[in-house]
Amino acid sequence: MSAVAGPARAARRGAVATALPALAVRRLGRVDYRDALVLQEELVAARRSARIPDTLLLLEHPHAITLGSATDPAHVLIGQEERTALGIALHESGRGGDVTYHGPGQLVGYPVLALEEPRRDLHRYLRDLEGALIDALAGLGVEAERAVGLTGVWTACGKIAAIGVRVSSGWITSHGFALNVATDLSFFGTIVPCGITDRPVTSLERELGRAVPMAEVEERVAGALATRFGRRLA
Amino acid sequence: MARIEVPMPQMGESIAEGTVSKWLKAVGQPVERDEPILEISTDKVDAEIPAPASGTLVAIEVQEGETVEVGTIVAYIDPEAPPSSNGGAPAGEAEEAAPAAAKAMADGKRAVPEPVETEAPVDQGSAQPAAATAPAPVAAPSEGDEAREQQPAGDAEERLPVRSTPVVRRIAEEHGVDLAQVEGTGHAGRVTKQDILAYIESGKAAEAAAERAAPTPSPPAAAPAPLAPEPAEAAPPAPSDFWKAFYGQVQHPEFPVREGDRVEPMDKIRRLTAEHMVVARRIAAHVHSFIEIDFTAIDRVRKENKKAWEEQGARVSYTAFVAWAVARVLREFPHLNGTISGGNIIYRGSVNVGIAVDLDPGLIVPVVRDTDHLSLLGVGMKIIDLAERARSRQLAPEEIQGATFTITNPGVLGTVVGMPVIPKGTSAILGTGAIEKRVVVIEDPVTGTDAMVIRKRALFSLGYDHRLVDGADSARFLSRLKRVLEEFPADA
Repeated sequence: MSAVAGPARAARRGAVATALPALAVRRLGRVDYRDALVLQEELVAARRSARIPDTLLLLEHPHAITLGSATDPAHVLIGQEERTALGIALHESGRGGDVTYHGPGQLVGYPVLALEEPRRDLHRYLRDLEGALIDALAGLGVEAERAVGLTGVWTACGKIAAIGVRVSSGWITSHGFALNVATDLSFFGTIVPCGITDRPVTSLERELGRAVPMAEVEERVAGALATRFGRRLA
Repeated sequence: MARIEVPMPQMGESIAEGTVSKWLKAVGQPVERDEPILEISTDKVDAEIPAPASGTLVAIEVQEGETVEVGTIVAYIDPEAPPSSNGGAPAGEAEEAAPAAAKAMADGKRAVPEPVETEAPVDQGSAQPAAATAPAPVAAPSEGDEAREQQPAGDAEERLPVRSTPVVRRIAEEHGVDLAQVEGTGHAGRVTKQDILAYIESGKAAEAAAERAAPTPSPPAAAPAPLAPEPAEAAPPAPSDFWKAFYGQVQHPEFPVREGDRVEPMDKIRRLTAEHMVVARRIAAHVHSFIEIDFTAIDRVRKENKKAWEEQGARVSYTAFVAWAVARVLREFPHLNGTISGGNIIYRGSVNVGIAVDLDPGLIVPVVRDTDHLSLLGVGMKIIDLAERARSRQLAPEEIQGATFTITNPGVLGTVVGMPVIPKGTSAILGTGAIEKRVVVIEDPVTGTDAMVIRKRALFSLGYDHRLVDGADSARFLSRLKRVLEEFPADA
């Protein structure tokens, strides 16, 4: 942690802020899952050849169920007819993890980062993403934590953010996290989220009992990620 | 020129193995250095593995779906071989040629990092086989001078067919374990992380270390020493044998049979229980603490949810409430969810609560795995399922192994409190006494005056191993447990 605390603290003081590498934040609004996949592929290639800085995509998806490499088909609980009726698309994702749901009111973050030592560690990357989300949630007044053995971010009421990532050649990251802000949680009833049968899902709105503007959540999340990875927002 | 090995890379400090999820290249295809040639997956991450060198992919050693240790060779690249004529075959075709791999993938996923545990209160005698598989003697003494010459002492270890990963080597180093002594169950006899952890847990590591520290002095080569006293006929067993027997074997003394007595052999459960209890008492430094629990909040939650639970065909017993709360609190008290093992402390990575079930006659302790990941309803249903199958003798062996903490409930038969024995390999057990209506004095929250009220309460006893858990730890644990139970959350 000390490796992070140093530059982060300095950044707050503004002393060496310009010396930190940039994290470009792109707010895309609502993007189809497949379009986001293509965009990420292009950004990964661009990041690998250093044509772009580390980049964080923030967006929402229309209703979609996405399958990770570890998906058990039994974890998708509704058939095609019902999916069509509900307007839910089904996608293969190319990320790790089990099945998840995306939809309006959920903040999806796709960090395309070139990881460097000592962050070239798959588990550490997962823990860093969790840590950034926990920090962001704390700033919004929600106490969240990690659960040992269960990647993601949890409150006392359930899972508030899901994480599934891909690391491409050259330690370039893609995919990322899905934070339930004002998600209609009933849609999670169509799947077994992340293959975990016995823990409920929750949202920021449910935790706080009030609506939070998406822009405010985006700002917190981008800030927390930049701090965690020693980057300056650009 | 030699082929270049492509090992399963170490993609993180705590990552010991990876699953090959997809080959992006087929045998015979040309590859460029740093070009991704396969994808691996470990829990929530998919990662591409680049080629370490340019050349032709000449062999794939690990098929899609297989999970292997870090360091295992997954493929070979020949920097000089020309691409084969059918080198253009897409990787997808190879995929279909190995349908078994898909199944292996599904199986492998579930079998990933859980450490192998053999300790359980009544464990079908798994301790004996463990002792029987003592490590085979390493290199037999070499037969001739020639062999000896080829084996300079320092290289002996490297010559052994024992290969391991950096993680395993680090664990071995930390515990002073000679890897050559550990039986490897991995690919080509490699010592896996599970192997080394099991070895350390079995106590063999400590024994081996003790033996190395105190070598038996060999008699001097040329020593007539006529005046030296004759060695005793039966030398006392070496200390390690003594401790092994003390902690591993039980001999029940015999007593005279009197007229009218009936004598019958112990059945298996009785025998294992008898042995386990004696050994458990020998190992742990037993101490007990007590606390009284008010069941008002629990009764309220039960009442509120009774209908909803009944609609789901579920029943949530008091024991389920206690198990749920214990699991939740245990995460904050790793000592109570661990055990002393040789010179080490093992803090268990998961919370598996064992629930003692009365078979009348007999006792068995099925285990609710990952109790801390279950909802209250989940714990309740699991306990009922396990108890029913325990009574109909349908539990699988693994369902009575791996408990990290135990709950026993003699109170159901009316006893006020008990002082239970701590199952070996764990450091605490909770005994719950009878829940009875009692007159208690409480302070009225509004007026501040004392009042006598009738409350359902029960005495709980915590048996703990004072080698690892101090009195204050146990008190803190019980107070915390009391708070969770008495302020039981409505949404558990």
